[in-house]
Amino acid sequence: MSESSDEPTAEPVLAVDSLEKQFGGITAVEDVSFDIQPGSLTGLIGPNGAGKSTTFNCISGTLTPTSGTVHFQGTEITDAPSHVVAEHGLFRTFQIARELEEMTVLENLLLAPPNQLGESLIYAVTPGLRQRVQKQERELRERAWELLERFELEHLAREYAGSLSGGQRKLLELARALMAEPSMVLLDEPLAGVNPTLETQLLEGLHELREEGYTFLLVEHDMNVIMNHCDPIIVMHQGSILTVGTADEIRSNDRVIDAYLGGDR
Amino acid sequence: MTASGFRSRLTGLPDAVYVFGLMAGLYVVFTGLTVLLNFELAGVVNTLRAITYFSAVYAMVVLALNLHWGYTGLFNLGVAGFMAVGVYTMAIVSGPTNPGPAEIPGLGMSLWVGVVAGVVVAGLVGVLASLPALRLEADYLAIVTLALSEIIRLVLNSTLIQEVSVFGVTFGTGGATGLTVQNNPQTPVTAFFQSWPGSAITDMAMAIGINRPTVVEGIGYAIVLGAVVGLLFVFVRRIATSPFGRVLKAIREDQVVAAALGKDTRWFKIIIFGVGCGLMGLAGILWYGSDGYINPLSFRPNITFYVFVALIIGGAGSNTGSIIGGSIFASVLFYLPQFLEQNSTPVLDGIQSVLGGSTATPQTVIDAGGALVGLDLTAFLAYCFANISSLRFIGVGLILIYLMQRRPDGLFGHRIETAASVPLTTGDTDE
Ligand SMILES: Nc1ncnc2c1ncn2[C@@H]1O[C@H](COP(=O)(O)OP(=O)(O)OP(=O)(O)O)[C@@H](O)[C@H]1O
Ligand SMILES: [Mg+2]
Repeated sequence: MSESSDEPTAEPVLAVDSLEKQFGGITAVEDVSFDIQPGSLTGLIGPNGAGKSTTFNCISGTLTPTSGTVHFQGTEITDAPSHVVAEHGLFRTFQIARELEEMTVLENLLLAPPNQLGESLIYAVTPGLRQRVQKQERELRERAWELLERFELEHLAREYAGSLSGGQRKLLELARALMAEPSMVLLDEPLAGVNPTLETQLLEGLHELREEGYTFLLVEHDMNVIMNHCDPIIVMHQGSILTVGTADEIRSNDRVIDAYLGGDR
Repeated sequence: MTASGFRSRLTGLPDAVYVFGLMAGLYVVFTGLTVLLNFELAGVVNTLRAITYFSAVYAMVVLALNLHWGYTGLFNLGVAGFMAVGVYTMAIVSGPTNPGPAEIPGLGMSLWVGVVAGVVVAGLVGVLASLPALRLEADYLAIVTLALSEIIRLVLNSTLIQEVSVFGVTFGTGGATGLTVQNNPQTPVTAFFQSWPGSAITDMAMAIGINRPTVVEGIGYAIVLGAVVGLLFVFVRRIATSPFGRVLKAIREDQVVAAALGKDTRWFKIIIFGVGCGLMGLAGILWYGSDGYINPLSFRPNITFYVFVALIIGGAGSNTGSIIGGSIFASVLFYLPQFLEQNSTPVLDGIQSVLGGSTATPQTVIDAGGALVGLDLTAFLAYCFANISSLRFIGVGLILIYLMQRRPDGLFGHRIETAASVPLTTGDTDE
């Protein structure tokens, strides 16, 4: 599929092959295939309704694809329910932030780490075992506060997530995904509504995390963000992949200009 | 913000004050009422016993429902059915094998085996009911559990398993006639007060004028129930303040997010549904079992409705609220009308002596309305007392409407009871 890209490196962390999703008669995603390299910050762009969020939903198990396969770190996760996908270390955020409104910001964060001892009912209620739960929670609490600091949400720690502003919800959602220390995060417009200063910081943060080995797939409509921060860039149009390439390649691709960027670029 | 932090750190302490304060207040009010009605000491004490007993049994079942509805958002309309399963299982398992004539034999096991069996079977029935329903949208669980509850009651009411013999062992539910529960949770308490050292307490109580041993035994049982509520509270609070409870809350808020964060929501729902139904079974045992006689009529869906109202009064999602809502509902909305009905003659005479008017009970609601318009409050109240059970239903409905509009969070539902096993302050400030 990819017409031009980086030198094909190590085994892809995420491999999507011939993905298709139909809603009744509408085909929202058609023959979508791409590979994501570990440690990359890949961009996914396309006009409204191009099928980006649907692709995310199919990968993350929120929706079941009509056909095609998805492999994550070599394991097939095509029809896996979303909690299994997350257990494999592939997390996602939602385009329209879905906070757990009547839970505090801290509770939202502490929910995310996988396989917590205290998620077992026996551990939660049995005196000796509960102490081990508490020990683990103290460690998680430290990490939660670090993330709150990084995302400038400390002062809201004890507020209900439902009382956060739109931008703050986006931040919390990103922080919550990172709290789980996943190997890869699918980010669906995480920067929409975030103020420019914080946006810059967050992008720097994403690069730092990427260097630590995290992998990101980022949906974003802001071309400056995509062109300056993402490599490679996948372009979707009307449910299919138009092209994959570096920022320069995308900028000079006629089909992309016609379909998406418009004549002014 | 600091106030709520402070509150959450001290939840155990002031909450106990609320609960005991409420009970003390109820005791004062009911003591006043009974003294006004010239009750003798045993009657006064027995009234206080009754509100303690009803408060405790309601608190238990409301705490169990709070796990479902308050924490996880599971709309379980089968509360009455699960209580029935618990108490009938207990009665059958620990019923004597050779009871008196015309009685239905049981399996002859000890009371404790019966209690455990009742809890476990109620829990298992809950799990089985939830397996298909939890796959579907939330509303289906409500329909399935309500239907199941009625099926359970109708089966108990039918002759289907009234008395059956399996491999030579005879047992049964007694059908519409009901079932005598000889070996019931109050039996050991009664036995305690009838022999040394318990008998010394009975003698002392008799000496100070509580001249009915059954009242003393009843008080003993009410105290035991109070202790069970305490233990249950600790248990559900541990669930609530743990990562497990956090996942339950997340399921209530948005299942899709909980799943996207790697939580197997179906597993959590099945577990908590089973645990909650088991606790409802326990509440059924301690509540109806102690009457010494059970009958399918006790397990109509209106009990489920009452339990929901109690939870809404207290505030869904709050364990302290569950206890408070349970005792307010049980004492004020459930027991008080019944109490006034039983004592309607002296109450009405008392009212008449203050307000005047006529104690002749109006026959129709029109007449009662006429009495009210004619400012004959006594006659109006006489009508109310005569029709108290249907008016109670209307009253509870009105309270529900009021709460939904004005205070949907109930008394305690607005509070943040953080779902974590340690305080979530920064730095290691705890312990
Ligand atoms: N649940 C659904 N049922 C029916 N159609 C849907 C559903 N979800 C998405 N679609 C359709 O699929 C197409 C792709 O939608 P999708 O949300 O994936 O677009 P997108 O690329 O994320 O757009 P945007 O940039 O606006 O977020 C749209 O035509 C949309 O109407
Ligand atoms: Mg989208």
